[in-house]
Amino acid sequence: MTCSEFLAHLDDLIDDQVTVPMRTELEEHLRGCEHCVVTLNTTRKTIEIYRKHEIYELPNELRERLQKAILAKCKKC
Amino acid sequence: MSTIQTQGTEEIHPDVLLVNRAREGDVEAFEKLVRQYDRQVFRIAQHITQNREDAEDVVQDAFLKAYEKLDQFQGNSKFYTWLVRIAVNESLMRLRKRRTGRMVSIDEDVETDEGSMPRDLADWAPDPEQMYEQSEMAEILRKTIQGLPPGFRVVFVLRDVEGLSTEETAESLGLSIPAVKSRLLRARLQLRERLSRYFRDRNKDGVK
Ligand SMILES: [Zn+2]
Repeated sequence: MTCSEFLAHLDDLIDDQVTVPMRTELEEHLRGCEHCVVTLNTTRKTIEIYRKHEIYELPNELRERLQKAILAKCKKC
Repeated sequence: MSTIQTQGTEEIHPDVLLVNRAREGDVEAFEKLVRQYDRQVFRIAQHITQNREDAEDVVQDAFLKAYEKLDQFQGNSKFYTWLVRIAVNESLMRLRKRRTGRMVSIDEDVETDEGSMPRDLADWAPDPEQMYEQSEMAEILRKTIQGLPPGFRVVFVLRDVEGLSTEETAESLGLSIPAVKSRLLRARLQLRERLSRYFRDRNKDGVK
């Protein structure tokens, strides 16, 4: 397996959607390729970090204002 | 007016019950839906428009549109997926208004090789999050994701941040499943590449 072939399955591997034989092949590649180990680990970390950090928070005050505005208009519909 | 569709023993999603009540004019039921999803709609809108005021407007407009169109909501998709689709369209409209003359579409295929092959192969620090303060970290993440083409950004946000499935993401964006998959891979790899600059392990040399 080449690195490009490995990359083509990277998302499925991360999302845990690979068949058992495919997983074995991918793991085999990982044993001999430090580049792909780094790519896999840091890509996983990328997703984890974005999931964990709320980068666009809706402040409570604004949230309430928006909710009120929406519902006031709905009542008029 | 459509009735609740029950297929076999499949359970009815609680949102569908709320939608049905709201259709009958129960504004409180709709309020529950607003409270449940306003944060997500705001986040998605911010990611697409990259503008705070626009995102606020999108939250209002998307929910109002959903309310007006409740009759068109088919029970065969999730209310949330349907709402996201409305929010994405509203966000793109706002984005286009601000960038008049510039094509803004999530369908345009962004031809770029960036990120298709990882270049920065340095390993990251064991705990990159300890390298930066909370606010610094948020700034890095914002700046990094803003650099992606809108069509990649939105796929990454829906799939990886908001947790929609590939099918739901495709449905919300009006894209094919292969298109979602190829964008997701490229988005993940591009973000990874860009974040490497900040998170690389400074005690180690890159893998050569
Ligand atoms: Zn490799």
